[in-house]
Amino acid sequence: MVELLQDKDRIFTNLFGHHSPGLESAQQRGAWNGTTDMLDMGRDWIIDQMKASGLRGRGGAGFPTGLKWSFMPKEVGARPHYLVVNADESEPGTCKDREIMRHDPHLLIEGCLIASFAMQAHACYIYLRGEYVTERLAMEKAVKEAYEAKLIGEKNVHGWPFHVYIHHGAGAYICGEETALLESLEGKKGQPRLKPPFPANAGLYGCPTTVNNVESIAVAGTILRRGADWFSSFGRERNVGTKIFSISGHVNNPCNVEEAMSIPMKTLIETHAGGVRGGWDNLKAVIPGGSSVSLLPKDICDDVLMDFDALSAHKSGLGTAAVIVMDKSTDVVKAIARISYFYRHESCGQCTPCREGTGWMWRVLTRMAAGESTIEEIDMLLDVAGQVEGHTICALGDAAAWPVQGLIRHFRHEIEERINNYREGKPVFVSQAVAAE
Amino acid sequence: MSEDLRKIIVDGEEIEVPNSYTLLQAAEEAGREIPRFCYHERLSVAGNCRMCLVELVGAPKPAASCAMQVKDMRGGPNGEPPAMNTLSPMVKKAREGVMEFLLINHPLDCPICDQGGECDLQDQALAYGRTGSRFPENKRAVEDKEMGPIIGTEMTRCIQCTRCVRFVTEVAGSPEIGMIGRGEDAEITTYLESAVESELSGNVIDLCPVGALTSKPYAFNARPWELSKTETIDVMDALGSNIRVDNRGPAVLRIMPRVHEGVNEEWISDKTRYAWEGLGKQRLDKPYLRENGKLRPVSWSDALSAAAEKLSGDASRIGIIGGDLNSVEELKAAKDLAEALGIASIDIRQDGAKISAGPGVARQSYLFNSTIAGIEDADAILLVGVNPRVEAAVLNARIRKTWLHNDTKVGVIGEAIDLTYDYEHVGTSAADLAGLKRKRSGFIKTLKDAERPMIIVGTGALSRADGAQILNAAGDLAAAIGAVKDDWNGFSVLHTAASRVGGLDLGFVPGEGGHDVAGMQSGAMDTLVLLGADELDMSSFGDAFVIYVGSHGDNGAHRADLILPGAAWTEQDGLFVNTEGRVQLAYRSVFPKGEAKENWAIFRALSERLGKTLPYDNLEQLRHKLFEDHPVFAGIDHAPGAEGAAQFDVKSIGQAGDIADEPFVAAVSNFYFTNPIARASETLAACAALRAEPEQVAAE
Amino acid sequence: MSVRRLAKEQPESFAFNKKSEDEVKFWLGKYPEEKKASAVIPMLWIAQKQEGWVSEPAIRDIAARLEMPYIRVYEVATFYTMFNLAPVGENLVQVCGTTPCMLRGSGDLISVCKNRIGKSGEISEDGKFTWVEVECMGACANAPMIQLANKDGDHYIEDLDAEKFEQLLDDLAAGKDVKFGPQSERNASEPHGTKVLSDPSLYDGSKAKPIKLPNTEKAEG
Repeated sequence: MVELLQDKDRIFTNLFGHHSPGLESAQQRGAWNGTTDMLDMGRDWIIDQMKASGLRGRGGAGFPTGLKWSFMPKEVGARPHYLVVNADESEPGTCKDREIMRHDPHLLIEGCLIASFAMQAHACYIYLRGEYVTERLAMEKAVKEAYEAKLIGEKNVHGWPFHVYIHHGAGAYICGEETALLESLEGKKGQPRLKPPFPANAGLYGCPTTVNNVESIAVAGTILRRGADWFSSFGRERNVGTKIFSISGHVNNPCNVEEAMSIPMKTLIETHAGGVRGGWDNLKAVIPGGSSVSLLPKDICDDVLMDFDALSAHKSGLGTAAVIVMDKSTDVVKAIARISYFYRHESCGQCTPCREGTGWMWRVLTRMAAGESTIEEIDMLLDVAGQVEGHTICALGDAAAWPVQGLIRHFRHEIEERINNYREGKPVFVSQAVAAE
Repeated sequence: MSEDLRKIIVDGEEIEVPNSYTLLQAAEEAGREIPRFCYHERLSVAGNCRMCLVELVGAPKPAASCAMQVKDMRGGPNGEPPAMNTLSPMVKKAREGVMEFLLINHPLDCPICDQGGECDLQDQALAYGRTGSRFPENKRAVEDKEMGPIIGTEMTRCIQCTRCVRFVTEVAGSPEIGMIGRGEDAEITTYLESAVESELSGNVIDLCPVGALTSKPYAFNARPWELSKTETIDVMDALGSNIRVDNRGPAVLRIMPRVHEGVNEEWISDKTRYAWEGLGKQRLDKPYLRENGKLRPVSWSDALSAAAEKLSGDASRIGIIGGDLNSVEELKAAKDLAEALGIASIDIRQDGAKISAGPGVARQSYLFNSTIAGIEDADAILLVGVNPRVEAAVLNARIRKTWLHNDTKVGVIGEAIDLTYDYEHVGTSAADLAGLKRKRSGFIKTLKDAERPMIIVGTGALSRADGAQILNAAGDLAAAIGAVKDDWNGFSVLHTAASRVGGLDLGFVPGEGGHDVAGMQSGAMDTLVLLGADELDMSSFGDAFVIYVGSHGDNGAHRADLILPGAAWTEQDGLFVNTEGRVQLAYRSVFPKGEAKENWAIFRALSERLGKTLPYDNLEQLRHKLFEDHPVFAGIDHAPGAEGAAQFDVKSIGQAGDIADEPFVAAVSNFYFTNPIARASETLAACAALRAEPEQVAAE
Repeated sequence: MSVRRLAKEQPESFAFNKKSEDEVKFWLGKYPEEKKASAVIPMLWIAQKQEGWVSEPAIRDIAARLEMPYIRVYEVATFYTMFNLAPVGENLVQVCGTTPCMLRGSGDLISVCKNRIGKSGEISEDGKFTWVEVECMGACANAPMIQLANKDGDHYIEDLDAEKFEQLLDDLAAGKDVKFGPQSERNASEPHGTKVLSDPSLYDGSKAKPIKLPNTEKAEG
């Protein structure tokens, strides 16, 4: 059984902004402590420690972070190396990086230095979504502090010439895809690139580049300070560490909270989010990892663990660990139709299946939510989703297909009911709301 | 350079292909057909249509075969060669899926679509699509975009393959088309719907796999299966682009490019593409004789008699000027007639270019010796008094290509204009050319350090009074930088007239005691034959009796006292020699208009009337004589390139002497109006008008 | 996504003012000179902050400054939805409508907008408001929420309900200052009433004391 995470083991100790995000306060909380020693241990040590920590990328795909760092060329050739931090947090349900950037920015900047040193990059761009204006200004302020304290800069106390630049987007979910982000950072439309070549070979400006999520980078300093074994002591094998969970939707207290990986979903929701509105039995479904993963009906939620393997075993995923809770009052077809609308809105339009398929799926689902469909059309929709999934340049096509597939997998009966109700002239959807009070 | 080969398995069959091949190329090597929309051999890989998906054995997802290389394939766990399937159920399903997505928002307007019958979407839907539609929603409608006089749009049909965007950006070097918006609302457009200004813009029509970008002048004119197709050669510039002329009955309805890697790859300029419009306008379809200041139709017999009378006069006061569009055969007939009559004043250089030809003059002194394809081998190029963008737009794209991909350095002596690539502006005048050799740094160093340096000399630089001296200076520089060596001849003259090299090879230049074009002016001649020569100052011929032999009522016909109507180049078979010295055959697509005759036959008829009957009764016999007299014309499609470079004394071509310190002016000022056929095209006139006032267009 | 076009009526010209120029300089300093196209989004944004929207002359001006073809900047301006391609009201109210906010009542906020302001994307009669529905803004634990853009900058206003939202619009219409951030008792996205991050030893400076890094022996030996 997984134990609840204790305060002493939380990395983001100012996640809620109860303290100053400023440098002095951050240092009081342990940021920038021992950073020079880490760099003195050398690149290989850092990468080995990161590998040993078992940290998997926190941006959604869960790729081992230390391994990713090791893909960068060992020698710096004619082209400089870059670290790019993906702060384009846009996956619906996800709002964790925002709190790191506005409340604990120095952990991120420290992580940028460590990661850049390990990959021999002298420059790092942090790409924030355009909407995060407050967060951007907070980051600029923290970067300025770090420069003034000579923690970073051409000449700094750590001895590794290093620059951090804050960049921003302007409203495009797709820029969270790493190669679309690089395109956008180069001043173009955010359209994902074909891979190979991968960014480690040809990334920003055609140079070797690693793109990491904010949380993945921001935990690096603490992992090295407290040890890979400390970090890997939380959660289950292959699913270790601490993780910020964003809990939204029909819970009594929506929140962000850092918890141990592999915490049972029910424990997470009941302990930190005040439980499901109307009690656990009022739960209908949960989207456990941001809008792109399949939703799970209550019976799975009862005992599922919040980690990569447990959720993928149920054909869902941990994604960004954004838990979207839906109680029994929810029109689940409409909720997923709204997600389909989102993907249609955010498709970059580059490749055919996503450009055409996202709109098609949304239109069918919108009709289905109103019962204006046929039973046969459910399988057709599933087929269309399958024609999108795995056929696109980037994962947005998959992300658009999975919620639809999940809906049909778990709530086909509800769609059928609606279609039948519509044909029989009955109200198509009656909310099964249990009085919350 | 031998490439690493790799064994791979395609549909169970083992083949060996270079590592650098894409899966699509490898599949084709194995005899498989891979459908595609966005992929095009000559454009960057976009990988966006997803039609070319193939199954990689062992991989969970299909891969875009256009984008993945053989070297990136993974072999089996026990060292088995990597395998892909192009015929498996997974591939079939993937293709059906993509096809369906492309069609759900594509209008069912094939019956009124100009692409019908030659549409990639139509063809591939038949081969790879599902039987029926499962899409009950409303289809998307997209507003049409204005793109100028050439490109017509029907944007609802667009499948967002971005070939057009990539072409104008990469090949044409004129980034004017883009995809705005995103998702299902993404639209292809120009900036604020301004006209596309590239000289190569029409190629996007060919590239468009559907009927979204169509040819405005050709709109609703014909169905492809109604057209007779003639594979022939273009004459709008001196490249000899390979084209196909499509006609229905007597009317030429369109011109499209053919692939010739050595010449035009598969591009043609807008002038080449829309010259056909001029073939139906301003035509001379019967003989005319000027009487009392007015031209009046006469019979051929009367016309030939009138001509014969004038040509029987003092041969030293008779001249023949060739034009820019003449076939070798008609020039040969004209020259044979001149010789028979003792006329020494013949000239093919109506621009007055100081290029000599004939015995003792090396052919390399006036050829584009590097060859067009050879541009891609050059590592430094100096442009002298030439604007290749308007003088040979397709060749300019080749320079851009090598600049883009091979990092070739380009220098310019002449006007500083937008060539679609970066260059070092070395100077503007002839003196800058002459002085370059003595410099120690700058572009001269780039040229000297280059393995294969190249100098492109324009006819604008050679048409001045000191043209021969400039040619000499250019040759001298070529020698100094080592542009001519055993296996490389980088000294290249870029001509603008399709007939020029053929005429020079033929020796269509003044003979002993004869005058050149300048000498034939100012009353020196009693009688002048203008063989399709319209680019002359017609007021300079004084009282001379002008016989115009040609196809269009342009400058020459306006000045003429007698008009003998001839065939346009699409109306007779003929040989043309391009600027490289490559001999190519043009074929007749339609018959000459009205009473007009093939041009060689006019001279043959005249010779008979003059009692000096030329020794050939048909084109075959004429060619026989031609090849006998000038074996060089028998080498069809052969560009000599560096042949004989070791014996070529580039240092002493032209004439040594002083050159005037005047700025170079390119030979062509208005790309769209270089010859009578182009001038008769309304589309090209509209393009020219847009160019004249670009500001107005940008502001709508 | 809907079709995005430039406004029909456009100003004659565009120029960055002094304040904007300083910002442009700051942003251009972040990228290698030959990669200055990277600054296109920030520069369009600066132009929008100055004028309230991105005009056609601004697109051309920025293209010229970054040595980009017009069409490339046009593509960027139409691809990214935060660029207003037509003027907006004094207060641009962007209501998040994506599922996490929808579950918590963004539909109510949208109804308020329709009733009080009018049609989406249009300027209200008094010129004070324009409202649009936008996609997830990454504040899902504080749903439903809006982003307000006005002369005071760009701010999230979170933990809303229809009543609070009505009040907010009233205050904005009256020209009063409004509170940004959560409209509840919360500071940010903390769990309500739990003890997470209450251990005083996290904040007493003990974490700033010199430490010896773990797992360093092997490498030293």
